Amino acid sequence: MSAAPHAASGPSAPLKSGPGMRLTLALFLTPVVLWLGLLIVLPHLDLLIMSFRMDPAFGDEGWSLENYHQFFAEPIYWLTFVRTAGYSVLVTLLTFLVSLPVAFYVTKVVARNTSRFLLTMLLLPFWVSELVRVYGWMILLRESGVLNHWLMALGITGAPVEMLYNDATMIMGLVYTSMLFMVVPLVSVLESLDDSLIEAACDLGAGPWTIMRTIVVPHCMPGIVSGGIVVFMLTLGNYLTPNLMGGKNSLWFTEQIYNQFIASFNWNQGAAFGFLLLALSSCIIWLGLRLTGQKLSRVVQ
Amino acid sequence: MIRSLPRSRGYTMGYGLYVTLYFVFLFAPLAVTCVLAFNDSQFPSLPWKGFTLDWFLADLPARTGIFHDRGNLSSIFTSAQTAILVSVLATLVGTCAAFLFEQEEFPLKGALYFLMLAPLVVPGVILGISILIAATTAGTFTEDVLGIDVGILRPGFWLVVLGQFSFITTFVTLVVSARLKKFDRTLEEAALNLGATRLEVIRYITLPFLRTAIIGAGAVAFLMSFENFNTTLFLVGSEPTLPINLYLQVRDGSTPVINAISFLLIVGTSLVACVNLYAGRKTEAS
Repeated sequence: MSAAPHAASGPSAPLKSGPGMRLTLALFLTPVVLWLGLLIVLPHLDLLIMSFRMDPAFGDEGWSLENYHQFFAEPIYWLTFVRTAGYSVLVTLLTFLVSLPVAFYVTKVVARNTSRFLLTMLLLPFWVSELVRVYGWMILLRESGVLNHWLMALGITGAPVEMLYNDATMIMGLVYTSMLFMVVPLVSVLESLDDSLIEAACDLGAGPWTIMRTIVVPHCMPGIVSGGIVVFMLTLGNYLTPNLMGGKNSLWFTEQIYNQFIASFNWNQGAAFGFLLLALSSCIIWLGLRLTGQKLSRVVQ
Repeated sequence: MIRSLPRSRGYTMGYGLYVTLYFVFLFAPLAVTCVLAFNDSQFPSLPWKGFTLDWFLADLPARTGIFHDRGNLSSIFTSAQTAILVSVLATLVGTCAAFLFEQEEFPLKGALYFLMLAPLVVPGVILGISILIAATTAGTFTEDVLGIDVGILRPGFWLVVLGQFSFITTFVTLVVSARLKKFDRTLEEAALNLGATRLEVIRYITLPFLRTAIIGAGAVAFLMSFENFNTTLFLVGSEPTLPINLYLQVRDGSTPVINAISFLLIVGTSLVACVNLYAGRKTEAS
Protein backbone atom coordinates (compact mmCIF):
# COMPACT_ATOMS: atom_id res chain seq x y z
CA MET A 1 0.00 0.00 0.00
CA SER A 2 2.46 2.64 1.03
CA ALA A 3 5.11 3.30 -1.53
CA ALA A 4 6.97 5.57 0.81
CA PRO A 5 9.98 7.23 -0.79
CA HIS A 6 11.50 7.34 2.63
CA ALA A 7 15.22 7.19 2.41
CA ALA A 8 16.79 8.70 -0.64
CA SER A 9 14.52 11.36 -1.96
CA GLY A 10 15.18 14.98 -1.16
CA PRO A 11 12.36 17.51 -1.14
CA SER A 12 12.26 17.99 -4.89
CA ALA A 13 13.44 14.59 -6.15
CA PRO A 14 10.80 12.69 -8.13
CA LEU A 15 8.80 10.16 -6.17
CA LYS A 16 9.91 6.57 -6.50
CA SER A 17 7.88 4.35 -8.75
CA GLY A 18 5.74 1.62 -7.29
CA PRO A 19 2.53 -0.10 -8.37
CA GLY A 20 0.53 2.97 -7.37
CA MET A 21 2.81 5.19 -9.41
CA ARG A 22 2.39 3.03 -12.51
CA LEU A 23 -1.39 3.25 -12.12
CA THR A 24 -1.42 7.04 -11.90
CA LEU A 25 0.99 7.33 -14.81
CA ALA A 26 -1.40 5.26 -16.93
CA LEU A 27 -4.34 7.27 -15.63
CA PHE A 28 -2.77 10.57 -16.67
CA LEU A 29 -1.06 9.37 -19.82
CA THR A 30 -4.06 7.70 -21.50
CA PRO A 31 -6.34 10.75 -21.96
CA VAL A 32 -3.42 12.95 -22.95
CA VAL A 33 -2.16 10.52 -25.58
CA LEU A 34 -5.69 10.04 -26.91
CA TRP A 35 -6.18 13.81 -27.13
CA LEU A 36 -2.88 14.55 -28.86
CA GLY A 37 -2.87 11.45 -31.02
CA LEU A 38 -6.44 11.53 -32.29
CA LEU A 39 -7.06 15.27 -32.44
CA ILE A 40 -3.65 16.75 -33.23
CA VAL A 41 -1.30 14.23 -34.87
CA LEU A 42 -3.72 12.16 -36.98
CA PRO A 43 -5.68 15.11 -38.43
CA HIS A 44 -2.52 16.92 -39.47
CA LEU A 45 -1.12 13.77 -41.07
CA ASP A 46 -4.39 13.36 -42.90
CA LEU A 47 -4.19 16.99 -44.02
CA LEU A 48 -0.71 16.37 -45.41
CA ILE A 49 -1.75 13.15 -47.19
CA MET A 50 -4.84 14.76 -48.65
CA SER A 51 -2.82 17.65 -50.05
CA PHE A 52 -0.75 15.19 -52.13
CA ARG A 53 -3.77 13.49 -53.66
CA MET A 54 -6.06 14.48 -56.47
CA ASP A 55 -9.72 15.01 -56.05
CA PRO A 56 -11.43 11.84 -57.35
CA ALA A 57 -13.84 14.06 -59.28
CA PHE A 58 -10.95 15.67 -61.19
CA GLY A 59 -9.19 12.54 -62.38
CA ASP A 60 -7.24 9.57 -61.06
CA GLU A 61 -6.78 8.98 -57.38
CA GLY A 62 -3.00 8.65 -57.21
CA TRP A 63 -0.29 10.66 -55.50
CA SER A 64 0.41 13.95 -57.15
CA LEU A 65 1.96 17.35 -56.67
CA GLU A 66 -0.80 18.93 -58.74
CA ASN A 67 -2.33 20.83 -55.81
CA TYR A 68 0.99 22.51 -55.03
CA HIS A 69 1.61 23.10 -58.72
CA GLN A 70 -1.75 24.87 -58.94
CA PHE A 71 -0.70 27.16 -56.13
CA PHE A 72 2.36 28.38 -58.01
CA ALA A 73 0.66 28.39 -61.40
CA GLU A 74 -2.19 30.71 -60.39
CA PRO A 75 -0.89 34.17 -59.42
CA ILE A 76 -4.06 34.89 -57.42
CA TYR A 77 -3.13 32.09 -55.02
CA TRP A 78 0.49 32.84 -54.35
CA LEU A 79 -0.01 36.60 -54.47
CA THR A 80 -2.63 36.28 -51.74
CA PHE A 81 -0.22 34.11 -49.80
CA VAL A 82 2.63 36.61 -50.05
CA ARG A 83 0.34 39.53 -49.26
CA THR A 84 -1.07 37.76 -46.21
CA ALA A 85 2.42 36.96 -44.93
CA GLY A 86 3.70 40.50 -45.57
CA TYR A 87 0.70 42.15 -43.94
CA SER A 88 0.96 39.82 -40.95
CA VAL A 89 4.55 40.90 -40.36
CA LEU A 90 3.50 44.55 -40.72
CA VAL A 91 0.62 44.07 -38.28
CA THR A 92 2.96 42.41 -35.76
CA LEU A 93 5.39 45.35 -35.97
CA LEU A 94 2.65 47.96 -35.68
CA THR A 95 1.10 46.14 -32.75
CA PHE A 96 4.44 46.15 -30.97
CA LEU A 97 5.01 49.86 -31.61
CA VAL A 98 1.52 50.76 -30.38
CA SER A 99 1.62 48.51 -27.33
CA LEU A 100 5.07 49.14 -25.87
CA PRO A 101 4.41 52.73 -24.71
CA VAL A 102 1.11 51.64 -23.16
CA ALA A 103 2.65 48.68 -21.34
CA PHE A 104 5.48 50.91 -20.11
CA TYR A 105 3.04 53.57 -18.95
CA VAL A 106 0.88 51.12 -17.05
CA THR A 107 3.75 49.36 -15.30
CA LYS A 108 6.29 52.14 -14.76
CA VAL A 109 4.83 55.62 -15.09
CA VAL A 110 1.48 55.80 -13.26
CA ALA A 111 1.03 55.40 -9.52
CA ARG A 112 0.81 51.80 -8.36
CA ASN A 113 -2.88 51.65 -7.48
CA THR A 114 -3.87 53.32 -10.76
CA SER A 115 -1.68 50.76 -12.47
CA ARG A 116 -3.81 47.87 -11.17
CA PHE A 117 -6.99 49.52 -12.39
CA LEU A 118 -5.58 50.40 -15.83
CA LEU A 119 -4.36 46.85 -16.24
CA THR A 120 -7.83 45.46 -15.59
CA MET A 121 -9.25 47.95 -18.09
CA LEU A 122 -6.68 46.86 -20.67
CA LEU A 123 -7.66 43.23 -20.22
CA LEU A 124 -11.43 43.65 -20.37
CA PRO A 125 -11.95 43.95 -24.16
CA PHE A 126 -9.71 40.90 -24.56
CA TRP A 127 -12.52 38.78 -23.17
CA VAL A 128 -15.15 40.05 -25.56
CA SER A 129 -15.67 38.07 -28.74
CA GLU A 130 -13.67 39.21 -31.75
CA LEU A 131 -16.88 39.32 -33.75
CA VAL A 132 -18.40 41.92 -31.42
CA ARG A 133 -15.29 44.07 -31.66
CA VAL A 134 -15.20 43.91 -35.46
CA TYR A 135 -18.91 44.67 -35.57
CA GLY A 136 -18.28 47.72 -33.38
CA TRP A 137 -15.74 49.01 -35.88
CA MET A 138 -18.13 48.37 -38.73
CA ILE A 139 -20.91 50.50 -37.26
CA LEU A 140 -18.35 53.19 -36.42
CA LEU A 141 -16.68 53.41 -39.79
CA ARG A 142 -19.14 52.52 -42.50
CA GLU A 143 -20.78 55.00 -44.83
CA SER A 144 -23.83 55.43 -42.61
CA GLY A 145 -21.69 54.98 -39.52
CA VAL A 146 -21.27 56.94 -36.33
CA LEU A 147 -18.01 58.60 -37.31
CA ASN A 148 -19.43 59.87 -40.60
CA HIS A 149 -22.46 61.20 -38.75
CA TRP A 150 -20.23 63.24 -36.49
CA LEU A 151 -17.91 64.40 -39.25
CA MET A 152 -20.90 65.69 -41.18
CA ALA A 153 -22.49 67.25 -38.11
CA LEU A 154 -19.24 69.13 -37.48
CA GLY A 155 -19.12 70.18 -41.11
CA ILE A 156 -15.76 68.53 -41.78
CA THR A 157 -17.07 66.50 -44.68
CA GLY A 158 -20.03 67.29 -46.87
CA ALA A 159 -20.88 63.78 -47.97
CA PRO A 160 -20.33 60.48 -46.12
CA VAL A 161 -16.98 58.81 -46.75
CA GLU A 162 -16.74 55.03 -46.94
CA MET A 163 -14.00 54.17 -44.46
CA LEU A 164 -14.52 50.43 -44.42
CA TYR A 165 -13.41 47.90 -47.02
CA ASN A 166 -9.86 48.99 -47.69
CA ASP A 167 -6.44 47.72 -46.70
CA ALA A 168 -5.64 50.46 -44.20
CA THR A 169 -8.84 49.86 -42.22
CA MET A 170 -8.28 46.13 -42.35
CA ILE A 171 -4.77 46.55 -40.92
CA MET A 172 -6.12 48.85 -38.21
CA GLY A 173 -8.71 46.19 -37.36
CA LEU A 174 -6.08 43.47 -37.21
CA VAL A 175 -3.87 45.59 -34.94
CA TYR A 176 -6.88 46.31 -32.73
CA THR A 177 -7.80 42.63 -32.49
CA SER A 178 -4.31 41.51 -31.59
CA MET A 179 -2.83 44.31 -29.49
CA LEU A 180 -3.97 42.84 -26.21
CA PHE A 181 -1.94 39.73 -26.91
CA MET A 182 1.10 41.99 -27.14
CA VAL A 183 0.31 44.18 -24.12
CA VAL A 184 -0.09 41.28 -21.68
CA PRO A 185 3.34 39.65 -22.18
CA LEU A 186 4.98 43.10 -22.30
CA VAL A 187 3.38 44.07 -19.00
CA SER A 188 4.54 40.88 -17.37
CA VAL A 189 8.19 41.31 -18.45
CA LEU A 190 8.17 45.00 -17.58
CA GLU A 191 6.94 44.18 -14.09
CA SER A 192 10.09 42.16 -13.56
CA LEU A 193 12.33 45.04 -14.66
CA ASP A 194 13.89 46.69 -11.62
CA ASP A 195 13.15 50.43 -11.54
CA SER A 196 16.59 51.12 -10.08
CA LEU A 197 18.22 50.09 -13.36
CA ILE A 198 16.37 52.89 -15.12
CA GLU A 199 17.15 55.30 -12.28
CA ALA A 200 20.83 54.41 -12.45
CA ALA A 201 20.91 54.93 -16.21
CA CYS A 202 19.20 58.27 -15.79
CA ASP A 203 21.68 59.34 -13.08
CA LEU A 204 24.52 58.44 -15.42
CA GLY A 205 23.09 60.79 -18.00
CA ALA A 206 21.19 58.53 -20.40
CA GLY A 207 18.24 60.08 -22.20
CA PRO A 208 14.84 58.36 -22.54
CA TRP A 209 15.69 57.07 -26.00
CA THR A 210 18.98 55.48 -24.84
CA ILE A 211 17.26 53.94 -21.82
CA MET A 212 14.57 52.43 -24.07
CA ARG A 213 17.07 51.03 -26.50
CA THR A 214 19.74 49.71 -24.13
CA ILE A 215 17.75 48.70 -21.04
CA VAL A 216 14.01 48.34 -21.60
CA VAL A 217 13.91 46.61 -24.98
CA PRO A 218 16.68 44.06 -24.24
CA HIS A 219 15.02 43.20 -20.94
CA CYS A 220 11.64 42.81 -22.64
CA MET A 221 12.90 40.48 -25.36
CA PRO A 222 11.16 37.33 -24.03
CA GLY A 223 7.86 39.21 -23.84
CA ILE A 224 8.35 40.77 -27.25
CA VAL A 225 9.03 37.38 -28.82
CA SER A 226 6.10 35.64 -27.18
CA GLY A 227 3.74 38.52 -27.96
CA GLY A 228 5.08 38.71 -31.50
CA ILE A 229 4.54 35.00 -32.08
CA VAL A 230 0.98 35.05 -30.80
CA VAL A 231 0.09 38.20 -32.73
CA PHE A 232 1.66 36.94 -35.94
CA MET A 233 -0.08 33.60 -35.71
CA LEU A 234 -3.47 35.08 -34.89
CA THR A 235 -3.18 37.61 -37.71
CA LEU A 236 -2.07 35.04 -40.27
CA GLY A 237 -4.92 32.74 -39.30
CA ASN A 238 -7.54 35.45 -38.95
CA TYR A 239 -10.64 35.12 -41.06
CA LEU A 240 -13.20 37.48 -39.56
CA THR A 241 -11.39 40.81 -39.71
CA PRO A 242 -10.13 40.63 -43.32
CA ASN A 243 -13.45 39.18 -44.41
CA LEU A 244 -15.63 41.82 -42.78
CA MET A 245 -13.37 44.89 -42.89
CA GLY A 246 -11.23 44.29 -45.97
CA GLY A 247 -12.34 45.20 -49.46
CA LYS A 248 -12.88 43.08 -52.52
CA ASN A 249 -9.18 43.33 -53.31
CA SER A 250 -7.86 42.57 -49.85
CA LEU A 251 -8.28 38.82 -49.97
CA TRP A 252 -6.69 36.96 -47.06
CA PHE A 253 -5.21 33.49 -47.48
CA THR A 254 -7.62 31.95 -44.97
CA GLU A 255 -10.43 33.10 -47.26
CA GLN A 256 -8.80 31.16 -50.11
CA ILE A 257 -8.80 28.08 -47.89
CA TYR A 258 -12.43 28.66 -46.98
CA ASN A 259 -13.38 29.10 -50.63
CA GLN A 260 -11.69 25.85 -51.60
CA PHE A 261 -13.43 23.94 -48.83
CA ILE A 262 -16.88 25.45 -48.77
CA ALA A 263 -17.42 27.05 -52.20
CA SER A 264 -15.41 24.95 -54.69
CA PHE A 265 -15.58 21.82 -52.56
CA ASN A 266 -12.04 20.97 -53.66
CA TRP A 267 -10.76 19.65 -50.34
CA ASN A 268 -7.44 18.45 -51.75
CA GLN A 269 -6.58 21.92 -53.00
CA GLY A 270 -7.74 23.39 -49.70
CA ALA A 271 -5.60 20.90 -47.79
CA ALA A 272 -2.55 21.96 -49.78
CA PHE A 273 -3.30 25.63 -49.00
CA GLY A 274 -3.79 24.79 -45.35
CA PHE A 275 -0.52 22.95 -45.21
CA LEU A 276 1.31 25.85 -46.86
CA LEU A 277 -0.13 28.26 -44.31
CA LEU A 278 0.87 25.94 -41.49
CA ALA A 279 4.39 25.61 -42.92
CA LEU A 280 4.69 29.39 -43.24
CA SER A 281 3.56 30.08 -39.69
CA SER A 282 5.83 27.36 -38.28
CA CYS A 283 8.82 28.68 -40.25
CA ILE A 284 8.37 32.26 -39.14
CA ILE A 285 7.83 31.25 -35.53
CA TRP A 286 10.91 29.04 -35.65
CA LEU A 287 12.90 31.88 -37.21
CA GLY A 288 11.70 34.30 -34.56
CA LEU A 289 12.72 31.93 -31.77
CA ARG A 290 16.03 31.21 -33.45
CA LEU A 291 17.01 34.83 -34.03
CA THR A 292 16.36 35.75 -30.43
CA GLY A 293 17.67 32.51 -28.94
CA GLN A 294 14.45 31.54 -27.16
CA LYS A 295 12.72 28.25 -26.52
CA LEU A 296 9.04 27.73 -27.31
CA SER A 297 8.38 26.17 -23.92
CA ARG A 298 9.82 29.24 -22.17
CA VAL A 299 8.01 31.70 -24.36
CA VAL A 300 4.53 30.31 -23.68
CA GLN A 301 4.88 30.48 -19.91
CA MET B 1 10.98 58.79 -17.28
CA ILE B 2 9.41 56.62 -14.60
CA ARG B 3 7.39 57.37 -11.51
CA SER B 4 10.42 57.77 -9.23
CA LEU B 5 12.19 60.20 -11.53
CA PRO B 6 11.44 63.85 -12.25
CA ARG B 7 9.70 64.34 -15.57
CA SER B 8 9.24 67.34 -17.81
CA ARG B 9 5.70 68.63 -18.17
CA GLY B 10 5.64 68.12 -21.90
CA TYR B 11 6.65 64.49 -21.48
CA THR B 12 3.97 63.79 -18.88
CA MET B 13 1.24 65.48 -20.86
CA GLY B 14 2.21 64.02 -24.21
CA TYR B 15 2.45 60.54 -22.74
CA GLY B 16 -0.84 60.91 -20.89
CA LEU B 17 -2.53 62.04 -24.08
CA TYR B 18 -1.20 59.04 -26.00
CA VAL B 19 -2.48 56.59 -23.38
CA THR B 20 -5.86 58.34 -23.23
CA LEU B 21 -6.17 58.06 -27.00
CA TYR B 22 -5.21 54.41 -26.76
CA PHE B 23 -8.00 53.75 -24.28
CA VAL B 24 -10.48 55.64 -26.45
CA PHE B 25 -9.38 53.50 -29.40
CA LEU B 26 -9.74 50.40 -27.21
CA PHE B 27 -13.24 51.10 -25.98
CA ALA B 28 -14.81 53.11 -28.80
CA PRO B 29 -16.20 50.16 -30.79
CA LEU B 30 -17.54 48.45 -27.66
CA ALA B 31 -19.13 51.62 -26.29
CA VAL B 32 -20.77 52.49 -29.61
CA THR B 33 -22.15 48.97 -29.96
CA CYS B 34 -23.64 49.07 -26.47
CA VAL B 35 -25.17 52.53 -26.83
CA LEU B 36 -26.80 51.80 -30.18
CA ALA B 37 -28.48 48.73 -28.72
CA PHE B 38 -30.83 51.19 -27.00
CA ASN B 39 -31.47 53.52 -29.93
CA ASP B 40 -35.09 53.73 -31.08
CA SER B 41 -34.22 53.28 -34.77
CA GLN B 42 -34.47 50.51 -37.34
CA PHE B 43 -30.72 50.70 -38.02
CA PRO B 44 -27.73 50.56 -35.68
CA SER B 45 -26.62 54.09 -36.55
CA LEU B 46 -27.04 57.68 -35.44
CA PRO B 47 -28.99 60.01 -35.17
CA TRP B 48 -30.21 59.21 -31.69
CA LYS B 49 -33.99 58.80 -31.77
CA GLY B 50 -34.62 58.08 -28.14
CA PHE B 51 -34.14 55.30 -25.64
CA THR B 52 -35.87 51.97 -26.14
CA LEU B 53 -35.67 48.42 -24.87
CA ASP B 54 -37.40 47.12 -28.03
CA TRP B 55 -34.26 45.34 -29.29
CA PHE B 56 -34.34 43.24 -26.16
CA LEU B 57 -38.04 42.82 -25.38
CA ALA B 58 -40.24 43.65 -28.35
CA ASP B 59 -42.17 41.00 -30.23
CA LEU B 60 -43.55 42.98 -33.17
CA PRO B 61 -43.44 42.20 -36.90
CA ALA B 62 -41.04 45.07 -37.55
CA ARG B 63 -38.98 44.56 -34.44
CA THR B 64 -38.10 41.29 -32.81
CA GLY B 65 -36.09 41.74 -29.65
CA ILE B 66 -33.41 39.24 -28.76
CA PHE B 67 -35.58 37.52 -26.15
CA HIS B 68 -38.10 36.60 -28.87
CA ASP B 69 -35.64 35.94 -31.68
CA ARG B 70 -35.89 32.18 -32.18
CA GLY B 71 -32.80 31.79 -34.40
CA ASN B 72 -30.45 33.74 -32.18
CA LEU B 73 -31.79 32.24 -28.98
CA SER B 74 -31.26 28.73 -30.24
CA SER B 75 -27.71 29.57 -31.35
CA ILE B 76 -27.01 30.97 -27.88
CA PHE B 77 -28.32 27.71 -26.45
CA THR B 78 -26.12 25.67 -28.82
CA SER B 79 -23.09 27.76 -27.88
CA ALA B 80 -23.79 27.33 -24.17
CA GLN B 81 -24.16 23.56 -24.54
CA THR B 82 -20.93 23.37 -26.53
CA ALA B 83 -19.07 25.58 -24.09
CA ILE B 84 -20.18 23.61 -21.04
CA LEU B 85 -19.17 20.30 -22.59
CA VAL B 86 -15.86 21.65 -23.90
CA SER B 87 -14.92 23.29 -20.62
CA VAL B 88 -15.69 20.14 -18.60
CA LEU B 89 -13.76 17.89 -20.99
CA ALA B 90 -10.85 20.30 -21.38
CA THR B 91 -10.59 20.80 -17.62
CA LEU B 92 -10.53 17.05 -16.98
CA VAL B 93 -7.94 16.23 -19.62
CA GLY B 94 -5.96 19.42 -19.04
CA THR B 95 -5.62 18.64 -15.33
CA CYS B 96 -4.47 15.11 -16.19
CA ALA B 97 -1.92 16.61 -18.58
CA ALA B 98 -0.68 19.05 -15.92
CA PHE B 99 -0.11 16.16 -13.50
CA LEU B 100 1.52 14.14 -16.26
CA PHE B 101 4.03 16.82 -17.24
CA GLU B 102 4.75 18.15 -13.76
CA GLN B 103 4.84 15.00 -11.66
CA GLU B 104 5.46 11.94 -13.81
CA GLU B 105 8.58 10.71 -15.55
CA PHE B 106 8.31 8.64 -18.72
CA PRO B 107 10.16 8.15 -22.00
CA LEU B 108 9.62 10.75 -24.74
CA LYS B 109 8.22 13.24 -22.26
CA GLY B 110 9.89 16.15 -24.06
CA ALA B 111 8.36 15.20 -27.39
CA LEU B 112 4.89 14.82 -25.90
CA TYR B 113 5.25 18.19 -24.16
CA PHE B 114 6.15 19.79 -27.46
CA LEU B 115 3.09 18.20 -29.06
CA MET B 116 0.93 19.52 -26.25
CA LEU B 117 2.15 23.06 -27.05
CA ALA B 118 1.58 22.64 -30.79
CA PRO B 119 -2.08 23.82 -30.80
CA LEU B 120 -0.82 27.22 -29.61
CA VAL B 121 1.04 27.80 -32.86
CA VAL B 122 -1.35 26.10 -35.26
CA PRO B 123 -3.81 28.62 -36.74
CA GLY B 124 -7.38 27.84 -35.75
CA VAL B 125 -8.49 27.58 -39.37
CA ILE B 126 -5.93 24.82 -40.00
CA LEU B 127 -7.02 22.95 -36.89
CA GLY B 128 -10.59 23.16 -38.15
CA ILE B 129 -9.89 21.82 -41.64
CA SER B 130 -7.59 19.04 -40.47
CA ILE B 131 -10.16 17.78 -37.97
CA LEU B 132 -12.84 18.04 -40.65
CA ILE B 133 -10.71 16.00 -43.07
CA ALA B 134 -9.77 13.39 -40.45
CA ALA B 135 -13.37 12.98 -39.31
CA THR B 136 -14.54 12.58 -42.90
CA THR B 137 -11.80 10.02 -43.58
CA ALA B 138 -12.78 8.11 -40.46
CA GLY B 139 -16.46 8.37 -41.38
CA THR B 140 -15.88 7.03 -44.89
CA PHE B 141 -13.78 4.22 -43.42
CA THR B 142 -16.40 3.10 -40.90
CA GLU B 143 -19.10 3.28 -43.53
CA ASP B 144 -17.21 1.43 -46.30
CA VAL B 145 -15.42 -1.15 -44.20
CA LEU B 146 -17.63 -1.67 -41.19
CA GLY B 147 -20.90 -0.58 -42.72
CA ILE B 148 -21.73 1.70 -39.80
CA ASP B 149 -22.78 5.29 -40.32
CA VAL B 150 -21.28 7.28 -37.46
CA GLY B 151 -23.16 10.56 -37.19
CA ILE B 152 -20.63 12.09 -34.82
CA LEU B 153 -18.06 12.21 -37.61
CA ARG B 154 -20.15 14.51 -39.79
CA PRO B 155 -19.92 18.29 -39.30
CA GLY B 156 -22.16 19.22 -36.38
CA PHE B 157 -22.32 19.60 -32.64
CA TRP B 158 -19.89 16.83 -31.67
CA LEU B 159 -17.27 17.76 -34.21
CA VAL B 160 -17.37 21.36 -32.98
CA VAL B 161 -16.89 20.09 -29.42
CA LEU B 162 -13.90 17.95 -30.46
CA GLY B 163 -12.36 20.75 -32.51
CA GLN B 164 -12.58 23.30 -29.72
CA PHE B 165 -11.49 20.79 -27.11
CA SER B 166 -8.34 20.00 -29.12
CA PHE B 167 -6.78 23.42 -28.54
CA ILE B 168 -8.53 24.73 -25.42
CA THR B 169 -7.10 21.81 -23.42
CA THR B 170 -3.62 23.23 -24.02
CA PHE B 171 -4.59 26.47 -22.27
CA VAL B 172 -6.06 24.58 -19.33
CA THR B 173 -2.88 22.49 -19.09
CA LEU B 174 -0.69 25.59 -18.97
CA VAL B 175 -2.82 27.32 -16.32
CA VAL B 176 -3.03 24.27 -14.05
CA SER B 177 0.67 23.45 -14.58
CA ALA B 178 1.67 26.94 -13.51
CA ARG B 179 -0.14 26.44 -10.21
CA LEU B 180 1.13 22.88 -9.76
CA LYS B 181 4.72 24.14 -10.10
CA LYS B 182 4.23 26.08 -6.86
CA PHE B 183 3.07 23.00 -4.96
CA ASP B 184 5.33 21.91 -2.12
CA ARG B 185 5.98 18.24 -2.83
CA THR B 186 7.11 17.51 0.72
CA LEU B 187 3.40 17.62 1.61
CA GLU B 188 2.86 14.68 -0.71
CA GLU B 189 5.79 12.80 0.71
CA ALA B 190 4.49 13.33 4.21
CA ALA B 191 1.09 11.92 3.22
CA LEU B 192 2.71 8.95 1.49
CA ASN B 193 4.83 8.30 4.58
CA LEU B 194 1.71 8.36 6.69
CA GLY B 195 0.26 5.57 4.55
CA ALA B 196 -1.84 7.33 1.91
CA THR B 197 -1.88 5.91 -1.59
CA ARG B 198 -0.89 8.06 -4.55
CA LEU B 199 -4.53 8.52 -5.58
CA GLU B 200 -5.52 9.51 -2.05
CA VAL B 201 -2.73 12.08 -2.02
CA ILE B 202 -4.04 13.58 -5.24
CA ARG B 203 -7.64 13.49 -4.05
CA TYR B 204 -7.10 15.01 -0.60
CA ILE B 205 -3.99 17.13 -0.95
CA THR B 206 -3.06 18.13 -4.48
CA LEU B 207 -6.52 18.69 -5.97
CA PRO B 208 -7.71 20.99 -3.14
CA PHE B 209 -4.50 22.98 -3.64
CA LEU B 210 -5.27 23.29 -7.36
CA ARG B 211 -8.98 24.03 -6.94
CA THR B 212 -9.00 27.75 -7.76
CA ALA B 213 -6.64 27.27 -10.70
CA ILE B 214 -8.87 24.52 -12.10
CA ILE B 215 -12.03 26.61 -11.69
CA GLY B 216 -10.32 29.60 -13.28
CA ALA B 217 -9.08 27.50 -16.18
CA GLY B 218 -12.59 26.08 -16.61
CA ALA B 219 -14.05 29.60 -16.80
CA VAL B 220 -11.47 30.63 -19.41
CA ALA B 221 -12.18 27.44 -21.36
CA PHE B 222 -15.90 28.25 -21.28
CA LEU B 223 -15.33 31.75 -22.68
CA MET B 224 -12.87 30.57 -25.32
CA SER B 225 -15.31 27.95 -26.50
CA PHE B 226 -18.30 30.28 -26.42
CA GLU B 227 -16.49 32.81 -28.60
CA ASN B 228 -14.56 30.56 -30.90
CA PHE B 229 -14.99 31.30 -34.57
CA ASN B 230 -12.05 30.10 -36.67
CA THR B 231 -12.07 26.42 -35.76
CA THR B 232 -15.85 26.20 -35.48
CA LEU B 233 -16.39 27.72 -38.93
CA PHE B 234 -15.37 24.50 -40.68
CA LEU B 235 -16.94 22.02 -38.29
CA VAL B 236 -20.36 23.52 -37.82
CA GLY B 237 -23.40 21.65 -39.14
CA SER B 238 -27.02 22.71 -39.31
CA GLU B 239 -27.02 24.19 -35.78
CA PRO B 240 -24.76 27.24 -35.84
CA THR B 241 -23.10 28.48 -32.67
CA LEU B 242 -23.63 32.12 -31.71
CA PRO B 243 -20.45 33.56 -33.29
CA ILE B 244 -21.17 31.79 -36.58
CA ASN B 245 -24.80 32.89 -36.54
CA LEU B 246 -23.81 36.49 -35.77
CA TYR B 247 -21.20 36.42 -38.51
CA LEU B 248 -23.80 35.35 -41.08
CA GLN B 249 -26.09 38.19 -39.98
CA VAL B 250 -23.34 40.83 -39.91
CA ARG B 251 -22.18 39.80 -43.37
CA ASP B 252 -25.65 40.20 -44.85
CA GLY B 253 -26.56 43.46 -43.14
CA SER B 254 -27.24 44.47 -39.61
CA THR B 255 -30.08 45.20 -37.23
CA PRO B 256 -29.91 46.56 -33.70
CA VAL B 257 -30.66 43.03 -32.46
CA ILE B 258 -26.98 42.28 -33.08
CA ASN B 259 -26.15 45.25 -30.85
CA ALA B 260 -28.45 43.88 -28.19
CA ILE B 261 -26.72 40.48 -28.30
CA SER B 262 -23.33 42.19 -28.28
CA PHE B 263 -24.38 44.22 -25.27
CA LEU B 264 -25.37 41.07 -23.39
CA LEU B 265 -22.11 39.38 -24.42
CA ILE B 266 -20.01 42.36 -23.31
CA VAL B 267 -21.76 42.57 -19.94
CA GLY B 268 -21.68 38.79 -19.44
CA THR B 269 -18.02 38.29 -20.34
CA SER B 270 -16.97 41.32 -18.29
CA LEU B 271 -18.68 39.82 -15.26
CA VAL B 272 -17.00 36.44 -15.73
CA ALA B 273 -13.67 38.17 -16.35
CA CYS B 274 -13.97 40.32 -13.22
CA VAL B 275 -14.87 37.34 -11.05
CA ASN B 276 -11.96 35.44 -12.55
CA LEU B 277 -9.49 38.28 -12.01
CA TYR B 278 -10.71 38.79 -8.46
CA ALA B 279 -10.44 35.08 -7.63
CA GLY B 280 -7.01 34.89 -9.23
CA ARG B 281 -5.77 37.82 -7.18
CA LYS B 282 -7.06 36.29 -3.97
CA THR B 283 -5.21 33.05 -4.70
CA GLU B 284 -2.03 34.94 -5.44
CA ALA B 285 -2.33 36.84 -2.20
CA SER B 286 -2.86 33.75 -0.03
